[in-house]
Amino acid sequence: MSETLLAVRNLRVTYPGDDGEVRAVRNVSFTLGRERLGIVGESGSGKSTTGRAIMGLVGRPGRIEADELRLGDTDLRGLSERGFRKLRGRRIAMVLQDPKYSLDPVMSVGQQIAETHRSHLRSTQRDARRAALEMLQAVHIRDPERVYTMYPHQISGGMGQRVMIAMMLIAGPDILIADEPTSALDVTVQTQVLAILDELVRRRGMGLILISHNLHLVSAFCDRVLVMYGGQVLETCAAGKLAEARHPYTRGLLAALPRLGHRRAELPQLQRDPAWMADTA
Amino acid sequence: MIALDDVTIAYGTGPRAVVAVRNLSLAVPEGEAVGLVGESGSGKSTVLRAIAGLIPHAAGEITLAGRRVDRRRTTAERKTTQMVFQDPYGSLHPNQTVDQILALPVAIHRLDRGEARIVQALAEVGLGREHRYRYPHQLSGGQRQRVAIARALILEPRILLLDEPTSALDVSVQAEILNLLARLRRDHGLTLLMVSHDLAVIAHLCERIGVMSNGLLVEITTATAMASNAVTHDYTRELLRSNAGFDRSSAMG
Repeated sequence: MSETLLAVRNLRVTYPGDDGEVRAVRNVSFTLGRERLGIVGESGSGKSTTGRAIMGLVGRPGRIEADELRLGDTDLRGLSERGFRKLRGRRIAMVLQDPKYSLDPVMSVGQQIAETHRSHLRSTQRDARRAALEMLQAVHIRDPERVYTMYPHQISGGMGQRVMIAMMLIAGPDILIADEPTSALDVTVQTQVLAILDELVRRRGMGLILISHNLHLVSAFCDRVLVMYGGQVLETCAAGKLAEARHPYTRGLLAALPRLGHRRAELPQLQRDPAWMADTA
Repeated sequence: MIALDDVTIAYGTGPRAVVAVRNLSLAVPEGEAVGLVGESGSGKSTVLRAIAGLIPHAAGEITLAGRRVDRRRTTAERKTTQMVFQDPYGSLHPNQTVDQILALPVAIHRLDRGEARIVQALAEVGLGREHRYRYPHQLSGGQRQRVAIARALILEPRILLLDEPTSALDVSVQAEILNLLARLRRDHGLTLLMVSHDLAVIAHLCERIGVMSNGLLVEITTATAMASNAVTHDYTRELLRSNAGFDRSSAMG
């Protein structure tokens, strides 16, 4: 096992609600080395909230608590907004689902990438521009000079997501959290974007957390998969062995997926067991 | 039941017209389910919209249930063909209750027994009395899609057009909706034309599958042929490959 980049022990995210607290995330523990970790689950399972909690992006009145939440040697518990701002982009970065909403619509994409470089590395305008062009090349954009000057509405979804990845990696973070990075893209483009992500993460020896609802995608892409339900991790599998998953929830989800070449008259529907909501720890 | 003969569909007119679908011919016999796959912009949703009469077609003939149709439809023609859209969050009126949503088509088509029809439509899609007076925001994604299906069914259509009906839903809910559609098709003898980017979803419900790329129908194949990779067109092969999911060896090459 390589060095631990991120350690999470007993992470809890709670929101106040009308009938007491809503525990969006509870009892979540894992460590991340220089590897690809997948988090799968359905809507409301707490997978995105887990990612946001690590980034310090759970706004009031939500509350983040943990027995341990450590990025390298930095304790993230109770870190100020100022402190988080120094970490985000530089040491830990996040790619969101839809590039249409996460890019600034009134700034050229090149400038947006360069801005990240300048603000974190205090580089000159010229150096930042050069670094941004190199980064665009690294995410396989054919004509970086031209794309540099384009605005988000002028580029396709797949290109937008590559720009996002370029922006997130330019300051050289140790960890990248990708929250449904390809769900808004066409199937044919999804594979390309994932391949680029895979290549960069490997080459730079980064840790990656891939959050997705897509079991097959996660199991093909990651080394290890956490299956979340009701805010908790129900099961951890080695990715290639998802088919051998033991928990009835994971098995139910896999069975409910239609598969090409295995036509069934009726898809087995997931029967939810209330016992899955009980605290695991 | 659905016959498209050399249909061309364009957005806009004159030199700035964008041809979205070119010379498409497709026949769907009564009771059959046919799927259309392809990436965004390939024209698959445009085909559905033209069949539903939401947009005009520039050339060619569209025949539904034996009648040649135009953009201008009679009420009876509209009743035959109903459509279910992708996003159940966007296709239901936010300020109307489920009851109002279902009562509207009954009123427009001047159908009798409105009350009985609403109760029956809700029961058929697996919703109970408790859902009838709720607003869309008080329902889950799967329940909303059930309401959208009920709204289409309440007119007793013979053709159901499905535009990505499950892609906004969770896997477990997708299975429920797919099972519901299969059952409704069987019970009502519906003819289905479904659009999706997910080959497995299409192959689950449809016998024949049309592959679209850049406004052209490049290949018509079957679910069985897709499963055994017995397809002829290069684009279909690419689609199958991407659909198989991320594979590190192929991605690197």
